Amino acid sequence: MADEIILLDFWPSMFGMRVRVALAEKGLKYEYRQEDLRNKSPLLLEMNPVHKKIPVLIHNGKPICESLIIVQYIDEVWKDKSPLLPSDPYQRAQARFWADYVDKKLYELGGKIWSTKGEEQETGKKEFIECLKLLEGELGEKPYFGGEKIGFVDVALVTFSCWFYAYETFGNFSIEAECPKLIAWTKRCMEKESVSSSLEDPHKVHGFIMGMRKRFGIE
Amino acid sequence: MADEIILLDFWPSMFGMKVRIALAEKGLKYEYRDEDLFNKGPLLLEMNPIHKKIPVLIHNGKPICESQIIVQYIDEVWKDKSPLLPSDPYHRAQARFWADYIDKKLHLLGKRLWRTKGEEQEANKKEYIECLKLLEGELGDKPYFGGENFGFVDVNLMPYFSWLYVFEIAANFSIEAECPKLITWAKRCMEKESVSTSLPDRQKLYDFFLQLKKWHGIE
Repeated sequence: MADEIILLDFWPSMFGMRVRVALAEKGLKYEYRQEDLRNKSPLLLEMNPVHKKIPVLIHNGKPICESLIIVQYIDEVWKDKSPLLPSDPYQRAQARFWADYVDKKLYELGGKIWSTKGEEQETGKKEFIECLKLLEGELGEKPYFGGEKIGFVDVALVTFSCWFYAYETFGNFSIEAECPKLIAWTKRCMEKESVSSSLEDPHKVHGFIMGMRKRFGIE
Repeated sequence: MADEIILLDFWPSMFGMKVRIALAEKGLKYEYRDEDLFNKGPLLLEMNPIHKKIPVLIHNGKPICESQIIVQYIDEVWKDKSPLLPSDPYHRAQARFWADYIDKKLHLLGKRLWRTKGEEQEANKKEYIECLKLLEGELGDKPYFGGENFGFVDVNLMPYFSWLYVFEIAANFSIEAECPKLITWAKRCMEKESVSTSLPDRQKLYDFFLQLKKWHGIE
C-alpha cells in the first residue's frame, strides 16, 4: 500500500521548509496543504491540538508535530535513502545539539531584527551575527555540516537563508560581509534541487514581512 | 577499556535529574560533580562553551550537552539495557513530542508560579494544572508513559515532580486533587531505585527554594 503523506504548512515558515527539504531529500511524494494561520483548518486543530501550529506531517492518517521531530521521523522511516542523521551516537548527539542551537537562537533573534528598532534591534543584529559566526566555525572546512553530504544541521539551518535578505534589509547590514563562508554554504545547498525547490524566494519573504510590519505598526 | 563517565550537574536541577535517572536505568557507574553556578568550573566552561550550562555528560573525554540530547545519547550507546525510547519511529516521535512539550511548557510555567503573586499567580496555576491534565490524558491507563516499562517521557517528567512539592507550597494548591492519576504515576516511579536515588530530598529542595527566592528578591 502506498504511503499517504500530507504536509500542513504555511509558505514563509522556515520550520515548514525544513520538512519540505527532508521529504525532497528522500524523494517522497506528498500533498502540500497551505494553512491560513488566522483561520486554522479543522484538520490542523485536530492533528495538532496541543500547539495548533504548522508544520504537521500526516503519515497514513497519523500526525507528527514539531519540525525537528518530523525531520527525524522522516529520516528514521525512510532510512535507506539520503540519511540525514549520522549513524554514530556521538555524531548524532552533536547534530542534535546544533539543530537545537539554531532553534533556540535564530528565530527569536531574527524576529528582533525585523520587528524592533533602535537599541533592541542593534542588540538583536549583533547577537544574530555572533550566532551565525559560531555556526560558521562549526561548519569549518566541510562542504556541509553533515560532512560530504547534507545532513540534519544543514536542513535545520538552510531554511533560514531565504529570510536573510529580509533581515539584511530591515536591519541594514550584510550577512555575507560578516559570514562569507556561511553564505558560500547556503549557495552550495541551493545547488541541490531538494533545497532550491523547498525554499521560498527571498523577495517574496521580504514582502511577507513588510506586510507583517504594517499589520503590527512597525515603521 | 572501561567507560569513563563524568556528569557535571547542579543538584536541584530538573535537567540534571533526567540524566541521573537515565544513567541509573542503564546501571552505569559515573563520577558526579556538583557545579557552583555562581563560580563555574573551568571544566564546565571548556566542555560547554556555547551555553555554559549543566548538565554536561563527559563520556571518555567527549562532552554531550542539553539534557534531552544526553538522555537520547545514553539510550543509544547503552541500547541493550532498559531501552527508554520505543523502537517504532512513530512512537519515538510521540515520545520526543511529549518530552519537548514538558520542556517547553512545564519549566516556564513552574518558574512563573513562584515568581508571581495574586491574580497573575492564579492564572499561572490554572495554566500549570491544564498542562498536567493534558499529560495525565496522555498517560491514560498505562502504568508509565512508556507503556509497561519506564521510558523517555517518564524520565523527562519525574524531575518536575520533585519540584512539585515546592510549587504546591509556594503557590498554595494541590495537584493530587486535580490530577490523581499523575500522582499515582509519580509514586509508582518513585518505587524504582533509579528514580528515588536520582531525585533530591524534598525538604532539602524546599530549603534551596527559599534561598532562591531570596536571591531573586521575592517574599
